[in-house]
Amino acid sequence: MNDMQDHSALAAGEPSEQGDGVRREFLSFRLGEEEYGVDILKVQEIRSYDSVTRLPEAPDYIKGVINLRGTIVPVVDLRLKLKLEQAEYDKHTVMIILNMADKVIGMIVDGVSDVLTLAQSQIRPPPEFSGVLDTRYITGLGAIDDRMLILVDIECLMSASDMAVLENAA
Amino acid sequence: MTIDMKQFHQAFFDESFEGLQAMEAALLTLDPASADSETVNTIFRAAHSIKGGAGTFGFSEIANFTHDLETLLDQVRSGQRVASTTLIDVVLRSVDVLREMLECTRDGYQAEVAAEAGLRSEIQALLEQDEAAPPADTTVTDVSAVGHWQIEFAPHRDIMLTGNDPLRILRELARLGEATITPDVSDLPTLPDLDPEQCYLSWRIDLQGEVSEHDIREVFAWVEDECDLSIQALAQEAQVEHPSDASEAAAESAPATAAAAPAEQQKPARKDGGSIRVATEKIDQLINLVGELVITQSMLEQTARTLDPVTNELLLSGLSELERNTRHLQEAVMSTRMLPVDFVFSRFPRVVRDTATRLGKQVVLQTSGEGAELDKGVIEKIVDPLNHIVRNAIDHGIEMPQERADAGKPAQASIRLSAWHQGGHIALQVSDDGKGLNREKILAKARDAGMSVADNMPDSEVWQLIFAPGLSTASEVTDISGRGVGMDVVRRNIQSLGGSVDIESQTGVGTQVTIRLPLTLAILDGMSVRVGEEIYILPLDSVIESLQPQLDDIRSMAGSARLMQVRGEFLPLLSLRELFGVAGQDLPLDQGIVVIVEAEGRQVALIVDELVGQQQVVIKSLERNYRRVSGISGATILGDGRVALILDVGEVIRTRQIAAAA
Repeated sequence: MNDMQDHSALAAGEPSEQGDGVRREFLSFRLGEEEYGVDILKVQEIRSYDSVTRLPEAPDYIKGVINLRGTIVPVVDLRLKLKLEQAEYDKHTVMIILNMADKVIGMIVDGVSDVLTLAQSQIRPPPEFSGVLDTRYITGLGAIDDRMLILVDIECLMSASDMAVLENAA
Repeated sequence: MTIDMKQFHQAFFDESFEGLQAMEAALLTLDPASADSETVNTIFRAAHSIKGGAGTFGFSEIANFTHDLETLLDQVRSGQRVASTTLIDVVLRSVDVLREMLECTRDGYQAEVAAEAGLRSEIQALLEQDEAAPPADTTVTDVSAVGHWQIEFAPHRDIMLTGNDPLRILRELARLGEATITPDVSDLPTLPDLDPEQCYLSWRIDLQGEVSEHDIREVFAWVEDECDLSIQALAQEAQVEHPSDASEAAAESAPATAAAAPAEQQKPARKDGGSIRVATEKIDQLINLVGELVITQSMLEQTARTLDPVTNELLLSGLSELERNTRHLQEAVMSTRMLPVDFVFSRFPRVVRDTATRLGKQVVLQTSGEGAELDKGVIEKIVDPLNHIVRNAIDHGIEMPQERADAGKPAQASIRLSAWHQGGHIALQVSDDGKGLNREKILAKARDAGMSVADNMPDSEVWQLIFAPGLSTASEVTDISGRGVGMDVVRRNIQSLGGSVDIESQTGVGTQVTIRLPLTLAILDGMSVRVGEEIYILPLDSVIESLQPQLDDIRSMAGSARLMQVRGEFLPLLSLRELFGVAGQDLPLDQGIVVIVEAEGRQVALIVDELVGQQQVVIKSLERNYRRVSGISGATILGDGRVALILDVGEVIRTRQIAAAA
């Protein structure tokens, strides 16, 4: 339990404040049938899907890069990253532009729904799948009525080796 | 009204660092045998203003440290002490300590520099061994406190304009002892001619008390360039033995230099009087904005191409005007980031001196082409690689004096640093007249490291081996080189700047390392090519030619590898599509286009679908938000807002060779 709170506090990028009084806001988005939530403070903007320039030697879930007002921003297809079924991009497909640490990335999702406020008591610890699934990026499950929001720590998700700043290229 | 002193701190630090640099440069030119008084003055003045500034801002550690240093230098300046090698060495180390102290203070640490205390006592020891001061023992008047002084203080007319108040000085003098002050009013004009902002008075002060000359000079520290000053000890019985001629001469020579100094000192200050300090971020922001403007402009231009030139004549001529202005603006903004290479070269006399001294070698450094300019960002990043190459040259390249003599070479070796422009590049070269690289040793090392090498490899390829990771040919590890940071890091750093490095060497004659760097990291002349849906940018200076291949020019080798015959040479033929995994099929070879590119002296032929055109592109970092991609040096934004990747030709060629070797 403690572990989880540390995680979520880290995700919010602020000193851990314990207790029920802390309410945090999440942007909820859809991937197929599942609903996910990401800390609203990490979200810079939401854009419609735009064609990307693909990158050589990139893993399949890195779709390429876009020009975000003069900055080159990599775009991740979250479906592919989470090994979900691939979806065709349609008019609902959007890119969530996220600020993580000192980097900016774009994340392709099926669509965004709304912004939800969760009290600490509404956040349950993530289930353990011990080795079957890598779930380190899931900081908790948010329960609102009968909806379940999978809360993801975007930094943890994206800090895998493939996004590392430098590889050992000669 | 209180003034926030903090706002001046940055200026103080900037100036102090510059001062230290000037001190260092001057110290290195200082010849112990015949110390040039102007050089000594430069050193003294730098120390002096650091002390003054530090005192003003309350950085007492720095002020105290500099105080002793200044005393020492003052004695050199007034001829009471000879600038011996030991002294120069102590002062040089003081410069290092001061730099460290300033950095600590600037960054808000407690200024606790380990070497400080030791060095201070060294300075004090030097100060105390006055008797040792050679030759005509001008026993120093300022250390021994004398009871009776006569001071003549004649400020220049405009002293008040410098913010100094002569009365304040007189008051301070009076505090030192019993002062009898007599003003000289002979220069005072009649009232109608009197300018209230000028000082017409001079003073004669008769000071009695246990004060040293140094204490008195201290009072005049801020104004000594703005006045004629003479300080004389009125010898009492105890001091009769003092050669008063000498002490007078010393005292007299001080005002003379002080009087001569203002004219010379202020000249360089005025030279760059037309410059202002601007934070680098501001310039970078400007460059980014101009980059955006260039993109917008080319977007407009592309849109306008579809317009009817007759009906839209005014608009189109306006657009071409805009294009010209944008280009000029871009060039002008870029030039603000350019600095002369001297910024790098100027630190090497010190590096060479220290390294050579430690190794017991005799090396003289020559530089040329210091005026060549390149981007500040490039300059900052090239310092370390260059440093490494120079130290390597001294450590491994240059022989011990005896060995040189045996080889019939002058005992004093020479290292030459030169810079010159070459097209859109700048070349930096480090050449030494040492023993050259040892072919056999390198080959043996390479074999030990498990690399596949052949005995009959051409020299140029053997030399490239020293850039391989984990290959250091030094037989033993010294503290100069061989600390695990090898030439491979040097090459990688240079390549990350978009540059390349080449070595030429001849046994017994010397080694030349040449670094080629782009002038700026921000823009690039590129050729855009299309492969499938993607546009790639090839750096124009790596493009040799483009041609439509004939089928019978293409040969296959060992089954799969393809070669293309171009003007009698066989070049490896690579498909950019395969290289980057672009969807689709290459056109039949005789319908496609082949671009011959070159890097590091090797050429390959790249198959592309179409040549799109030539354009200047603004380089954007891919690493900013992503990571380095092999074969890609960066990205740019095209006129239509799309992103295009810029090819790193050198890396493409190298990875191909690794792939071929594997």
